[in-house]
Amino acid sequence: MTLKLAPVLSRAWDEQDSYTIDGYRRHDGYVALRKALTSMSQDAVIAEVKDSGLRGRGGGGFSTGMKWSFIPQGDGKPHYLVVNADESEPGTCKDIPTMLANPHELVEGIVIAAYAIRCNEAFIYVRGEVTHVVRRLLAAVREAYAAGFLGKDILGTGFDLELVVHVGAGAYICGEETALLDSLEGRRGQPRNRPPFPAVEGLYASPTCVNNVESIASVPSIIRNGKDWFRTFGSEKSAGFGFFSLSGHVTRPGQYEAGLGVTLRELLDLASGIRHGHRLKFWTPGGSSTPLFTEEHLDVPLDFENVAAAGSILGTRALQVFDETTCVVRAALRWTEFYAHESCGKCTPCREGTYWLVQAYKRLEAGQGDEAELEKLLDICDNINGRAFCALGDGAVAPIVSSIKYFRDEYLEHLRQGGCPFDPARTTVWAPALTGAL
Amino acid sequence: MPVVPAKGYPQDVKDRLDADADAVIARYPVKRSALLPLLHLVQAEEGFVSGDGIKYCAEKAGLTTAEVSGVVTFYSMYKRQQVGDYHVGVCTNTLCAVLGGDEIFAALREHLGVGNDERTPESPEGRSLTLEHIECNAACDFAPMMTVNWEFFDNMTPAKAKQLVDDLLAGRPVVASRGPAPCSFRETERILAGFEDRREDAVHAGSVAPESVAGLLAAKRATEDNSIAQQRGEYA
Repeated sequence: MTLKLAPVLSRAWDEQDSYTIDGYRRHDGYVALRKALTSMSQDAVIAEVKDSGLRGRGGGGFSTGMKWSFIPQGDGKPHYLVVNADESEPGTCKDIPTMLANPHELVEGIVIAAYAIRCNEAFIYVRGEVTHVVRRLLAAVREAYAAGFLGKDILGTGFDLELVVHVGAGAYICGEETALLDSLEGRRGQPRNRPPFPAVEGLYASPTCVNNVESIASVPSIIRNGKDWFRTFGSEKSAGFGFFSLSGHVTRPGQYEAGLGVTLRELLDLASGIRHGHRLKFWTPGGSSTPLFTEEHLDVPLDFENVAAAGSILGTRALQVFDETTCVVRAALRWTEFYAHESCGKCTPCREGTYWLVQAYKRLEAGQGDEAELEKLLDICDNINGRAFCALGDGAVAPIVSSIKYFRDEYLEHLRQGGCPFDPARTTVWAPALTGAL
Repeated sequence: MPVVPAKGYPQDVKDRLDADADAVIARYPVKRSALLPLLHLVQAEEGFVSGDGIKYCAEKAGLTTAEVSGVVTFYSMYKRQQVGDYHVGVCTNTLCAVLGGDEIFAALREHLGVGNDERTPESPEGRSLTLEHIECNAACDFAPMMTVNWEFFDNMTPAKAKQLVDDLLAGRPVVASRGPAPCSFRETERILAGFEDRREDAVHAGSVAPESVAGLLAAKRATEDNSIAQQRGEYA
């Protein structure tokens, strides 16, 4: 098998001091910053990142360099760079370990990105529920200031950058970039209408670029090694590498940094497979907001195009894996409760729709009603999908519609039996192994 | 019952908080942006966001108390009731729930005799904790996971969870899976307001977790295998 693993951001995570500035500098840390600021024009940096083919790693998949190029120049307004570190999508767990183990690569990427878009003030908006990540970020920023990589006249180039670590307070919706900006302005985190897009009117109504942690942290390696090197990973339209976060009923869950286009089958090989004695039932390719996949999708190349062609979204490459002991109705109900809890309340279809989805789901799980309940569920989904300001509503319906598509009979079995046919005790990590139970 | 308007903090409390609050405000080009960290700061003062805390933030950020209240009620980390010395979270989003989070949460509720978002009475050692089921906390590869004052406690079981809360209530030392010993809830909130931990070593706590380097180690093994194979001439 051709090795598709590509430990770039995670190259030194097995070293105890990888999060310190000294640990990072042993692995080419801040080499790219010097190169960009002293030998490349701002536009050359943007072109390099654009031509590398790097696409947003926060789920959207939009060209990072293109996003930077949308920031108007010579407009006389301050520009802002905001790093979206509000990682909260169920299943997504890549940015948190990145910031714990390698916060300096993020800081270096921020300086390069800010230089490129002519910005002198940047923010890291990190979710609040991760105390140790906040410690590591605060320390990394302090170390970077002390080393002259942040602050006034960086490396004597005349470029100034202030970087603030801003800690959120518990709201999934703030991962949506315009809600994040409202939150950063000290308001309730509710999405804004677009246009105007943040590139034109973002933070404080000034041109603003919002990028995911992994996108920005990928920038130093592109500047160090060049766009052509980056393109040796992944495919033509999905260039580069990214974290594939394996969780759930797998033998060795964890972070697998690999070229885009790797398949779940290949990843499971590396992770020693589904837990002993069990078989794959369903999985999410990119978090709970991406339609479910099943065993038939084991060989789908996990890149933007192929996942979309197979009916889902690459998202954040959050591979939550469930085996045959798991009730898909239970799983989808719990996600639905999450979306109902996290709906910000701004748009009626999402606010009211997610509430009623939970009610209908609870009846279904308890085996009450008839097949018409299923149609009602799908009808509510139809009235949410595409009918709200942001994608939270679309995400809420993804696990529902896809689970009914692949497991309709399992829903009906709840109705036939008047309750859930599964035993939840069998799904836990401490459930006795069912050797030979295939 | 109508709520009596908050009087605000006594002068000595204000004097003490002002230095931190002014440092928070100075980070931002626009004052209102300081509101979220200011609310973390008043939560560090009292262990929850009180009417007095709201009034203080409003004065500092140049807002009305209604505007600040609107923000407080939007975010789940701001608590309107006193939180114990420890906030204990159990992830019950789908993946953790399925892998055992539901059982852990049920076991803790029974063990502690409290419901969701409720605080235990003080233990004989003078400690209390608040139990809450939480949403996905970005540690799915460590499922089922818990938090204590938002530090990670990975790969939990009902037995480990009960031992953990017993230790917390008894004042026995407890260390996070990927971090230091949790400080008190109020000290934690000061860190979340953007101030470094007063314990200088805390940032260095926590060793490399096998889950975080699963891919890296697999890649290193494969490279080694490959070079051995090359030495043997298997790949001509």
